[in-house]
Amino acid sequence: MSLLDKDRIFTNLYGYQSWRLDAAMARGDWDNTKALLELGQDKIIDTIKASGLRGRGGAGFPTGTKWSFMPKEPKPDRPNFLVINADESEPGSCKDREIIRHDPHKLIEGALVAGFAMRARAAYIYIRGEYIREAEVLFAAVAEAYDKGLVGKNACGSGYDFDVFVHRGAGAYICGEETAMLESLEGKKGQPRLKPPFPAGAGLYGCPTTVNNVESIAVAPTILRRGAAWFSSFGAENNKGTKLFQISGHVNTPCVVEEAMSIPFRELIEKHCGGIRGGWDNLLAVIPGGSSVPLVPAKDIMDAPMDFDGLKAVGSGLGTAAVIVMDKSTDVVRAISRLSYFYKHESCGQCTPCREGTGWMWRVMERLRTGDAEIGEIDMLQQVTKQVEGHSICALGDAAAWPVQGLIRHFRPELERRIRERGGDTAPMQEAAE
Amino acid sequence: MPKVKVDGVEIEVPQGATVLQACELAGKEIPRFCYHERLSIAGNCRMCLVEVKPGPPKPQASCALPAAENQEIFTNTPMVKHAREGIMEFLLINHPLDCPICDQGGECDLQDQSVAYGRGHSRYDENKRAVTEKYMGPIVKTVMTRCIQCTRCIRFAEEVAGVEEIGAIYRGENMQITSYLEEAVTSELSGNVVDLCPVGALTSKPYAFEARPWELRKTLSIDVMDAVGTNIRLDSRGRQVLRCVPRVNDDVNEEWASDKTRHAVDGLVRKRLDRPYVRRDGKLHPATWDEAFAAIAAVDHGGSVAAVAGDLVDCETMFAAKALLKQFGSSLLEGRQTGMDYDTSSLAAVNFNTTIARTEEADAILLIGTNLRWEAPLVNTRIRKAIKKGAKVFAIGPETDLTYKVEWLGADLSVLGNLPERLTDVFGKAAKPMVIVGGGALKGAHGAALALADTLGLVKDGWNGFNVVHMAASRMGGLMLGYAQKAGIAATYDAKLVYFLGADECDFANFRGVKVYVGHHGDKGAHHADIILPGASYAEKSGTFVNIEGRVQRGERAVFPPGDAREDWTIFRALSETLGHTLPFDTLDELRAAMALDCPELATLGLKTFAWNSPSLGTTAQGVLEGYPIKDFYLTNAICRASPTMQRCSAELVHGESFAEAAE
Amino acid sequence: MADAAAIPDEAEVRARWGAFQWNEDSKAKRDAILSRYPAGREQSASIPLLDLAQRQVGAETQTQGWLPVPVIEFVAREIGVPYMRVYEVATFYTMFNLAPVGRFHVQVCGTTPCMLRGSDDVLAACKNKGLIKGKTTPDGLFTLTEVECMGNCSSAPMVQINDDNYEDLDYDRTIAILETLANGGTPKPGTQEPGRHTVEPKGGPTSLTAMVTENHDYRGEWNVASQGADA
Repeated sequence: MSLLDKDRIFTNLYGYQSWRLDAAMARGDWDNTKALLELGQDKIIDTIKASGLRGRGGAGFPTGTKWSFMPKEPKPDRPNFLVINADESEPGSCKDREIIRHDPHKLIEGALVAGFAMRARAAYIYIRGEYIREAEVLFAAVAEAYDKGLVGKNACGSGYDFDVFVHRGAGAYICGEETAMLESLEGKKGQPRLKPPFPAGAGLYGCPTTVNNVESIAVAPTILRRGAAWFSSFGAENNKGTKLFQISGHVNTPCVVEEAMSIPFRELIEKHCGGIRGGWDNLLAVIPGGSSVPLVPAKDIMDAPMDFDGLKAVGSGLGTAAVIVMDKSTDVVRAISRLSYFYKHESCGQCTPCREGTGWMWRVMERLRTGDAEIGEIDMLQQVTKQVEGHSICALGDAAAWPVQGLIRHFRPELERRIRERGGDTAPMQEAAE
Repeated sequence: MPKVKVDGVEIEVPQGATVLQACELAGKEIPRFCYHERLSIAGNCRMCLVEVKPGPPKPQASCALPAAENQEIFTNTPMVKHAREGIMEFLLINHPLDCPICDQGGECDLQDQSVAYGRGHSRYDENKRAVTEKYMGPIVKTVMTRCIQCTRCIRFAEEVAGVEEIGAIYRGENMQITSYLEEAVTSELSGNVVDLCPVGALTSKPYAFEARPWELRKTLSIDVMDAVGTNIRLDSRGRQVLRCVPRVNDDVNEEWASDKTRHAVDGLVRKRLDRPYVRRDGKLHPATWDEAFAAIAAVDHGGSVAAVAGDLVDCETMFAAKALLKQFGSSLLEGRQTGMDYDTSSLAAVNFNTTIARTEEADAILLIGTNLRWEAPLVNTRIRKAIKKGAKVFAIGPETDLTYKVEWLGADLSVLGNLPERLTDVFGKAAKPMVIVGGGALKGAHGAALALADTLGLVKDGWNGFNVVHMAASRMGGLMLGYAQKAGIAATYDAKLVYFLGADECDFANFRGVKVYVGHHGDKGAHHADIILPGASYAEKSGTFVNIEGRVQRGERAVFPPGDAREDWTIFRALSETLGHTLPFDTLDELRAAMALDCPELATLGLKTFAWNSPSLGTTAQGVLEGYPIKDFYLTNAICRASPTMQRCSAELVHGESFAEAAE
Repeated sequence: MADAAAIPDEAEVRARWGAFQWNEDSKAKRDAILSRYPAGREQSASIPLLDLAQRQVGAETQTQGWLPVPVIEFVAREIGVPYMRVYEVATFYTMFNLAPVGRFHVQVCGTTPCMLRGSDDVLAACKNKGLIKGKTTPDGLFTLTEVECMGNCSSAPMVQINDDNYEDLDYDRTIAILETLANGGTPKPGTQEPGRHTVEPKGGPTSLTAMVTENHDYRGEWNVASQGADA
């Protein structure tokens, strides 16, 4: 199974052509969008549901179902809002950036279609602050769309009024968490809210809100144009569609590429990335879905299908399909420790397990990196990750715990080797006796 | 009323209850740090995790989760135990091991809960985090390394005090609680964060290193710093009150107290009158009780005798003085020291009829000549709650920061005769309208304000929206005991003998007779007195007080008065014997029985309601309010003027002197 | 700069920035920013306005800009929010500099994807050019910060200098960029890999090759029979 160029949604992914409206229209964007809206809200949502599209931000929640949670008859003083998550900050992820700077009109058109389907008054696109040039493109593209009447009052001549606003963040990974994003959009610190209430009930400004990933929104118009059956013809059951994969690390040619879901890891790497640096025997491990998912050792990943279920089966996850490849030259403990530092740095500090646990995990990881530890501390670290996981307000705690757990699960001998080589005693710590 | 099961026991819980509340109803203790029933839910400490079915396979924060029909809640499963141990460990890894020098010791939630729910040892082998201290003002001492970031103080400052000057800066493990730019928090309620802080991060600065909680004798008392009647507990050791903390009373102070209530107590051991004095040759000389009594007996007053009650006195003192005067055929009693002479023929017309608690229900509020923030801070917090529920507030008087949004109608009282449409519109639609008249407006606008009862429909079935807010703890009790003359205090100027019951705020030059000061502090009253009889402060006697809403409350004696000073009623009892007019009570109980006969309202504790009948007064309001009666919140009476803490608060928070450098 | 230990609020900062006002350019931008949020929700503009203010400070000081306390307070007044709330925001987000920075803020990504591709070399190049983490060079030209993932992982390692990203770096390319900047030049932003356009595989795209030379419209091929074609 191989995805053909004609079935790729993001045809200007690499930016060889202009992102501007006329060029985008020439590629098929904004092509009679009014007709898409005329399908009506229910039909749009049904089509998205039928397409099997699952959220592209990491959690993989069915997008159409999510849209259907929004109130069908919003009150004038409590309008529905669509918030588009372009706070792409997960280490390894770099796909939304390409959509925004090279195909922004797919996103804006998607915002209209999705916003219309969920009866939203406006969409806010929350773009991470560090995407400075990307935001400039997006602002300009939105302005083009307004100029041509594609959004705004009577968007695309549909009679539907819909605004699209761009909001820039200012440097906080946690704002990618949907409720933290809403807090940030309201001008506060990006600290996740307690759920319930869920955003569909009380989100932005207390109004019903759906938060979707950029990719989930940007593919919607094409799905509507080509039909649910077209989209669902790609990928394994329950893992449908095409997907932007972002391959980084020790492959010969790292890249972002749109491929069919469920493509085997080996095929993805061979086809687009020039193979593993030093050959397949040199592959050590892969973090297949961005920093938050556990790493997978070489033998397990090589032939795994790159989709939600396939990666779950090897003890990891698809996440954002950010594939971080590590060859045997990698200091794998350092690689994971660096992620621990990342989570410590990005913890918002609101709740106890994450605020205190991320720093603790990183400090122990740093000692394990140099072997300045005792064997028993590996088990203690494992227990600390279990004290963080599932106990925090948002998923950042889990995300910080999983990479460490993955490392211990698959590379414990390496950790022990470093401790022994440094001469750390082999007697278990007192506490480990519990 | 959802039915839930807590550890297998089925109970019914109120609609809207949280899982935590359900557990409490079921008698299960749920440990918590950030949750506080009077603050918004933060859910950040994660200590209250419980297992809930149906739900995800991980523990849930019970403080934030609504209880739902058929929920099964488990508080004692391995999952819950593991979660609590984990959170406890995390809270402690960066908490210093300085309990031996921490003032929170003995009443520390972190200590208690780590004993109950922790593992008993730490596995943390890294360096602990240290956080620099943050200056927060004269009341709150900070040791921020102890902070567990529960954010109670932030939420209190924002939600209750209405002063958004405390926040959390930076993020992650670097998150720090601080006042804005580490400047003093400009709130008269700042001391409450000390009680709220579950650890020793925020402790009481004036009380630092004074005592351990288990050394203290705890006495239930009533605060006299304003007329709200805050329920307090006086903690004393030996003969000294070391601190004052609020008690919970949802009808009065909830569980807050103003900084003055809390911290004026260090004035109780300063500038005290501890022996009688008699003025000879223009100078006060120490005297014995007999000499002092003899000096009074020598005054030939022929029945021209008056009593002026100060702001802090209890009903028993006022009644004893009244009884003594009665022996000489006088009823020349007054308590309004500053010259107020408003009509007191109907107590309802000078009462806070809505009641303090029900102020929260009001949907339209008009403040007339009152700076509630200083005159009754804990009524002000109720208004904030009413606003949160949608109330709109108008005010007449000089503009001042009341911590909430107010529509100011100018300082000219004549506006009462011609209320603007934007006000009448709001009041027209209001179900529970409320007018609050302050001491600043009683003089010029009492009648006009009373007239609003009709024009704005303040009084209806089950609701009386007419309110007067007094500032003196003795006021309502005094009015009930007859401490009011038609002409006001001027009526007492010509009396040949005047007893000043801790009265320090009068213009003493006006009094022509012999001045006897019965009180506890060497303040203005004592300075002008001819004879001084040293009495007891509110902490040193059991006294009855009636608050602004007519609530009769009683405080107990915490300590003994210093030196030769005596409880005030016993002074009058002893004096009466010297004067040959022995008062008919030998014990406090007998006095109270006599007082109950005189004023049946004072026979029992609790809220008294006064029948609404508005006296017919002139309804023309006039005068421009130049300011409010209280010029300096921290120095309103003799006790706080003697208090170094209150002096410091005044200098720093009212007069803007900088003490920031003095912080540790 | 997230590592800033304390916020300078000295008298000289007050004196220099106490009278901060929007310039004409910023005013127009301020209006545009405020127009994006519903009435009564001006607080939403806190982040964009802080960014705008930092940029104006940058323009006035010939640096990347920073946020003196009086400027934070100015922004708070602009949106009618207590100082504390805006101050919290300014300290929470890493892009707000709480202390002055140099002309060029060199932000090297050190997170794992960049680390795997050689961010150590990038940092080494910075170090050898005299840049020290968390510090500004004595000539005021460069401030070096190690930042977390900037989302350029498929063209790692990278550095963001002020508003531009430089990707596919190695030691020599980093030296070249720093030298160009020091000499007043303008390095080409984006990938530094010769022949690479953006994030396609090095050596040319493995998909969408038709797009390289023309703005190809694939719609004509949609219904050409092949797997997945939809009727």
